Amino acid sequence: MTDAKGDATEGSAGPMMAADGTPLKKSLARALRMQKMRALMLIAPLLLFVLVTFIAPIADMLFRSVENDIVSDTMPRTTAVLADWDGQGMPPETAFEAAYFDLYIAAERKLHTRLGTRLNYEQTGASSLFRKSGRGLDDIGEVYQDQFEDLDEGWDEAMPWAELMGDPEWLSEQAAWTKGARQPEFILRDGIADLLPRTAEQYEAFALYLQDEDNKSPLDEEPWSAVHTALYEDLAAGDLSGYSGPRADMLVAADALVDSPDFETVSFARGFEDIDEDWADPEIWRTIKLYSPEMTPGYFLNSVDMQLTPEGVEMRPDNQRIYMLLFKRTIFMSMVITCSCILLAYPVAYILANLPARKANLLMILVLLPFWTSLLVRTSAWKVMLQQQGVINDVLVWLGLVADDSRLAMINNQFGTIVAMTHILLPFMILPMYSVMSTIPHTYVRAAKSLGATDWTTFWRVYFPQSIPGIGAGSILVFILSIGYYITPEIVGGTTGTFISNRIAYHISSSLNWGLAAALGTILLAVVLILYWAYDRIVGIDNVKLG
Amino acid sequence: MPDTGASDAFVAFERVQKSYDGESLVVKDLNLSLPKGEFLTMLGPSGSGKTTCLMMLAGFETATHGEIKLDGVSINNIPPHKRGIGMVFQNYALFPHMTVAENLAFPLEVRKIGKSDREAKVKRALDMVEMGDFGGRRPGQLSGGQQQRIALARALVFEPELVLMDEPLGALDKQLREKMQFEITNLAHSLGITTVYVTHDQTEALTMSDRVAVFNDGRIQQLAPPDELYEAPQNSFVAQFIGENNTLEGTVQQIQGDRCTVQLANGEVIDAKPVNVTQPGERTRVSIRPERVEVNPELGDTAHTLKARVLEFVYMGDIFRTRLEVAGNRDFVIKTRNRADQERLTPGQEVAIGWLPEDCRALDAD
Repeated sequence: MTDAKGDATEGSAGPMMAADGTPLKKSLARALRMQKMRALMLIAPLLLFVLVTFIAPIADMLFRSVENDIVSDTMPRTTAVLADWDGQGMPPETAFEAAYFDLYIAAERKLHTRLGTRLNYEQTGASSLFRKSGRGLDDIGEVYQDQFEDLDEGWDEAMPWAELMGDPEWLSEQAAWTKGARQPEFILRDGIADLLPRTAEQYEAFALYLQDEDNKSPLDEEPWSAVHTALYEDLAAGDLSGYSGPRADMLVAADALVDSPDFETVSFARGFEDIDEDWADPEIWRTIKLYSPEMTPGYFLNSVDMQLTPEGVEMRPDNQRIYMLLFKRTIFMSMVITCSCILLAYPVAYILANLPARKANLLMILVLLPFWTSLLVRTSAWKVMLQQQGVINDVLVWLGLVADDSRLAMINNQFGTIVAMTHILLPFMILPMYSVMSTIPHTYVRAAKSLGATDWTTFWRVYFPQSIPGIGAGSILVFILSIGYYITPEIVGGTTGTFISNRIAYHISSSLNWGLAAALGTILLAVVLILYWAYDRIVGIDNVKLG
Repeated sequence: MPDTGASDAFVAFERVQKSYDGESLVVKDLNLSLPKGEFLTMLGPSGSGKTTCLMMLAGFETATHGEIKLDGVSINNIPPHKRGIGMVFQNYALFPHMTVAENLAFPLEVRKIGKSDREAKVKRALDMVEMGDFGGRRPGQLSGGQQQRIALARALVFEPELVLMDEPLGALDKQLREKMQFEITNLAHSLGITTVYVTHDQTEALTMSDRVAVFNDGRIQQLAPPDELYEAPQNSFVAQFIGENNTLEGTVQQIQGDRCTVQLANGEVIDAKPVNVTQPGERTRVSIRPERVEVNPELGDTAHTLKARVLEFVYMGDIFRTRLEVAGNRDFVIKTRNRADQERLTPGQEVAIGWLPEDCRALDAD
């Protein structure tokens, strides 16, 4: 301990004190807090901007790779029933019943096709099955609807239903409603939910849908056939002969009809089978059950050519594997591109760093020139150069090196992608290399030579080791840029030269399978981070100099 | 110019010229030879051509004209790595990615010297500069003085007969510089190596060298041992450049052997030793060292005295430094030792000053 602490503390024990007796650490922190706050205020706009426009969308996108609430949201009853199903054989009738009501509402809300698309990622054919079912579900309900109508025309009219189901107060408010105003929200009549539970549920769903989505009054529209189906089920389950509320005559008569042996019924399972026999295959039910949870590893498994089955995780069939191949190809080609960039950039950077300033500046402009040209133009130029009827092939044929009928295929394959991307990414390698090399003093080279080293030894033992940070920085930059490159492989890559990013773009914009795109993107991000970490462990990120 | 003759010269520059742009010469007709074991310093202001000469000797610059010989053999066309010349650079140029020991082993490795032999030599070289414990460090972890020693050890480890040093002490502080000056000369002499040392610091040149070559404008102005350089400068540039110096301008009145009289601008006449003047009427610049000037002298009848007025008196501990106005020159400085009986002059005081004629050299007027 020195005497620097002054007379604020007596003896050497205890924390150091500031002049006013508070601990030194505390008063230092207080003094720095204002500075920190001010610094934070200065960066706040950028921080906010980055947060809103960069971090948040990326986080949202990453979350999509596991998000799966569409199944349980669209088919809540079905997933609840299937939760108890063991997956062996056909699911119980209750599952079909739940699916009927779920899909009926989904079809009315036009959500069933979206669910079909989602399940189609996991089981081919699900999309058309759901589209077809949306149209066919009416057939089941019409059986009951027709019989109730035959009994009493009132069952096919809006008002009797509304009076039966709706709260009287709501009824009068709804009757007073005029188009353009806000509708009074539908309220179930007291006790009706106990009396006719399924019907009440279905009618309420119908009424709310009508009010919210169609902006029509439930007093004007007769209900869906699903409501009739529900009514049949309620009447079949209970005895309503003692009912005395509104429309008691209709309901009691209907109850009597349902109980009579002539009443025609149809099982849901049968009805579904009539729509499409795929419903009789347990496969679709297993798929629904498998993807009921709100989070799923399915997209990630898909991204590495695996799939989720009731028996567990397994590899996809050979003919469906594609993503691992694409990942390997992307990494391999990025490495080739990085290596060719190193080989081409090193001499250029060396010359740049060792030329007199005037000439170096001119050369630097030539290096930067491609930056000022559109990426598309540069890539398209390569197309002109490399295609079968292109400049290079023409020259080779003219020279007689290549026969006219066996022109070289240099584009729409890996070669084309590597050539074009090496050219495009070259400046990103040259610039960090140059900035490192220009800081290596020339005296090192002279010293090595004066110590007896030949030109090659001088380069290899003295110059090259000191230029490695530039190579490292350039390599990281080029590799990370190329691993996520999209436009160039898209244009010149053909089928064998495309990258994983092209597949991601396809899922984002064409197949609309955003979950899979997000999973692929997440894996790509993880790969980059892992490589970065490995680089840090092996070379050390401190050794990277960008300028 | 004293020349040791080509026969026993270890290093010889013969009529060497150097031009970078083809228009002007940086080195003009350089003739220089030094015998084995000599410590020669090239001294001069920046741009005088001294570093260029060193670089030509090392092989990093080629002579535009003339020949450079090492041990009697022309080395003009030998690349630097084959010349076997040790070199210490201004900023040490220790390879930052190698440890100290690796730096020292480098010249031995490229000479394909076996591992055990190499290690022994590295250890000996490190011990020689008293840095035996630092073999495992990186140059970045050493202080400037330590790096300097390592650079020196590296230049010596492969036992070259000639070592070049390009302002090696420029980056050190004064105290360390003085210590290193002493160590370098000691080492050079005890190892018997020939050394060419470049500096712009005249103290360094005077204290370290056997001989000093003063460079200016691409030419050697004077090549002489330090004492001769200081006491008998051959021209006014050397007189000005080496040490502190008073000059008075005038015209030669008459020359008699090694005496001449010079009439100053204000008409006063002084005695001087003719060095660069040959005939009466010539313009000249006389040079007198501050410590050779006597106040109120008792020099006998033959010598002239001048009237002077004290402008400033500075007490510097061991000496007094007094600034006078003499014959119109307001920067005439005298130094007197701080003896018990030494009179302290006061500003405004009128005194007479004089000197022995042989201490006052009549040089060229440029």
